Amino acid sequence: MTVALRVNGEDVRIDVTDRTLLIHALRDHLRLTGAHMGCDTSQCGACTVLVDGVAVKSCAMLAGQADGCEVVTIEGLARDGALHPMQAAFAEHHGLQCGFCTPGMIMLGIDLVRRRGAADEATVRSELAGNLCRCTGYQNIVKAIAAGARDMAGAA
Amino acid sequence: MGRNFGRPVRRLEDGRFIQGNGRFVDDVILPRQTYAAFVRSPYAHARITGLDAAPALQMPGVVRVMTAADLAGAPDMPCGWMIHSRDGAEMKVGSRPLLASDTVRYVGEPVAVVVAESRDQARDAAEAVAVDYDELPVVVDCGDAMAPGMPQLHPAISDNLAYDWELGDEAAVDAALAVAAHRVELTLRNNRLIPNAMEPRACNADWDAQDEKLTVWMTHQNPFGMRTLYSAYYGLAAEHSLRIVSPDVGGGFGAKAPNYPEEVVVAFAAKLVRRPVKWTADRTEAFLTDAHGRDHLTTATLGLDAEGRFLALKVDTIANMGGYLSTTGSLIPTYMYGTMLSGQYVIPAIHCRTRAVYTNTCPVDAYRGAGRPEAAYVVERIVNVAARAIGVDQAEIRRRNFIRDFPYQTPVLFEYDSGDYEGSLNQALALSDYAGFPARKAEAAARGKLRGIGVAAYVEACGIGPSAILAKLGGGAGMWDSAEVRVNPVGTVEVLSGAHSHGQGHATTLAQLVADRFGVPIESIRIVQGDTDRIQAGTGTYGSRASVGMSATFNACEKIIAKGRRICAHLLQVPEDSVRFADGVFASAATNKTIPFGEMAAAAHAANAFPTREIEPGLVESSFFDPPNFTYPSGVYVAEVEIDPLTGVTEVAAFSAADDFGIIANPMIVEGQIHGGLTQGIGQALWEECRYDPDTAQLITASYLDYGMPRADGLPEFRLAFGCAPSPSNPLGMKGCGEAGAIGSPPAVINAICDALAIDHLDMPARPEKVWRLLHPKAAG
Ligand code: FES
Ligand code: FES
Repeated sequence: MTVALRVNGEDVRIDVTDRTLLIHALRDHLRLTGAHMGCDTSQCGACTVLVDGVAVKSCAMLAGQADGCEVVTIEGLARDGALHPMQAAFAEHHGLQCGFCTPGMIMLGIDLVRRRGAADEATVRSELAGNLCRCTGYQNIVKAIAAGARDMAGAA
Repeated sequence: MGRNFGRPVRRLEDGRFIQGNGRFVDDVILPRQTYAAFVRSPYAHARITGLDAAPALQMPGVVRVMTAADLAGAPDMPCGWMIHSRDGAEMKVGSRPLLASDTVRYVGEPVAVVVAESRDQARDAAEAVAVDYDELPVVVDCGDAMAPGMPQLHPAISDNLAYDWELGDEAAVDAALAVAAHRVELTLRNNRLIPNAMEPRACNADWDAQDEKLTVWMTHQNPFGMRTLYSAYYGLAAEHSLRIVSPDVGGGFGAKAPNYPEEVVVAFAAKLVRRPVKWTADRTEAFLTDAHGRDHLTTATLGLDAEGRFLALKVDTIANMGGYLSTTGSLIPTYMYGTMLSGQYVIPAIHCRTRAVYTNTCPVDAYRGAGRPEAAYVVERIVNVAARAIGVDQAEIRRRNFIRDFPYQTPVLFEYDSGDYEGSLNQALALSDYAGFPARKAEAAARGKLRGIGVAAYVEACGIGPSAILAKLGGGAGMWDSAEVRVNPVGTVEVLSGAHSHGQGHATTLAQLVADRFGVPIESIRIVQGDTDRIQAGTGTYGSRASVGMSATFNACEKIIAKGRRICAHLLQVPEDSVRFADGVFASAATNKTIPFGEMAAAAHAANAFPTREIEPGLVESSFFDPPNFTYPSGVYVAEVEIDPLTGVTEVAAFSAADDFGIIANPMIVEGQIHGGLTQGIGQALWEECRYDPDTAQLITASYLDYGMPRADGLPEFRLAFGCAPSPSNPLGMKGCGEAGAIGSPPAVINAICDALAIDHLDMPARPEKVWRLLHPKAAG
């Protein structure tokens, strides 16, 4: 089947099977490998992208379900070489080590700001329960998201 | 501290990760790519009575099905560390083929592989391979493995016993225990863990028949070891025609250090089908087959004199090896464990006996700390049991027994290089406001909560070496590391490092070191790792050994500077021994002229201002550093927990860590390592437990639904402090920090829980149900 998507601002049409997951459509068909696959039970969040502005675990959505949707991946955040405030906050606060969970964490962080505004650290911690990181112990991710949220509020 | 070294420099590698441009193995798709899926045993112990690949071969897109028959002649999986039993016999190695052909010994053991045009086609076809099994009885618990009548895993290995090893003077220990004023005994388990790097294992093998060259992209902690093994042991390609690339590696924690059958099989498959073959584990496969960690059953006895000084420690451990010995599985409960049982204390006599047993479970190998957490857990738990028995405060009993003079030769082989244990204790007590605890306990009690405090002091051994000593202990490979420093004509620098970062930030810390040594901007330095076509030899990263690769880099830099001084002596027309190098500038008291580092590099390549018969043109130096001893980081941790007696839920209310890592390259990165290690250790203490069904040996905890991974919402904000007793074992005084957090935190948390509950012991993980039952002994069930 053919699926039409708008991905990171570009219209694309891809041929997929009816069982192709959105994560595989992005990674294999569009070669956008920033979203990662870290589990097979929709619990790690490494695959998180924005679909029509809402954070979605792209391993839990069929490519066909995203037909006609606007998808933003980690690759689509920086504008004209300038990092998104949430990306910059992760680097500034050492919110990543191996970097595998990072794209999902950043997308989740952006979504969190949309839903909760400049949340405090306790809120960030509870909102992060669906995103796993095995490296950082979360402390710096929590700091990064809280700081990124403040910066996004400041930039808006 | 330099301009960069020792400072919290932001990571140079982060740009690609935060923009989705990291390159992990699964990101690579090669031309004519095929995909592999493994057929795995659904039984933990069974005879294979038949295998029919024909139905799979009919499926769309299938290129090939490989079974053990296609690998005839390939050697069994090797165990890389020979352990001798106390009677002198060599350990008994159960044969482990790449693909099982007659017997399977754990759930998930690979039996066949399907190669197909797409991932989905490979998976569908793998399900169509028909394998007949005759189920056999199983053994899961290491405590049962040697019992009479138990199922036997390997022919000619009686009682499932791989080895019966000892270390230390048993007679001296028994004599000291016999006369000790106090004796305490403790039986405990160190729970089996599943490492769970977020990036699953993956490889992509490409055979170039024209050049007879094999390239394997592999998410691995030690690509060099894999190259040696794949060429010299498996004969997949000649060593100079075998390239292993480990690009960005999404976490390792030890589980990406062993040699695994799947990656080897995929490499053979690529040669057979003459197309690139890619395999990426799904999470279920990771749970089933990534080497697990820990899993000990231990009885320990500690003898003390009337003043609470330690006299002797006797430890008897049964270590679960799983169905087979993994690459370094034999090493971990022996020389990485028994050797650490002195902890931070003067204990005049120590004896350790370890029996390693086979069970119908996934092979066990290194997991963050690997042996050292198990040792620290035994020591730090029994010390608290002793403190409670004789009525001495847990901080005080440690203070009474600390080693104070270094170097210190323990009775169990290792010689500690340096430390300030009491300094760390004082830091940790201050950080945690230990003195204020009774008030916090009373305040918690008023809210109906049970609050407890736990102190744990650990010492570990990092940067394993030197090679000659390790060979005597049964090691099979050199334990140096390497660096090649290339200075380009305009003064930019490439460092080809034999270490390999999988999150530790080497691209930054090595660059900090080199930038300061050469006095050049950090942006002009590039660190190259993880590609055996670019780096000739190395040992990768595990066991917190970056200090070894750092030292090799430092020494190579020194050689560059020495050559620079010789070149500058000619340029300045002064005697060589008058040339000094500091802050990026060569200078001599004999002249006013100076030469910046970059100009020296240009001159080295122009080669027209010095006699090239005396000094070769160019500016490339390498160093192989074989450490004279391990390094011995240490620290003292204080955990504070609050237990809700109504639910049995334990919350870590506060956690303070005072560590001594010697000289620190980048405190921001070190803090991150500690956060991660503490979290894994708290996970072990409270939530994480690999469980097999005792009757079927099916893995019960095979997904994130069932395995208790630490999440952001269950953790306190960590308070950290650092001391510094530099290591004399390397030129930089570094020690290593990667594993510390996971070593010291489990006993700190359990000590706190035991304090809250006023009990001697409770096995990890302290799940709510377990705690609740302790608090409600009369409740039904
Ligand atoms: S891969 Fe989507 S949640 Fe884990
Ligand atoms: S940084 Fe490695 S999993 Fe989060």
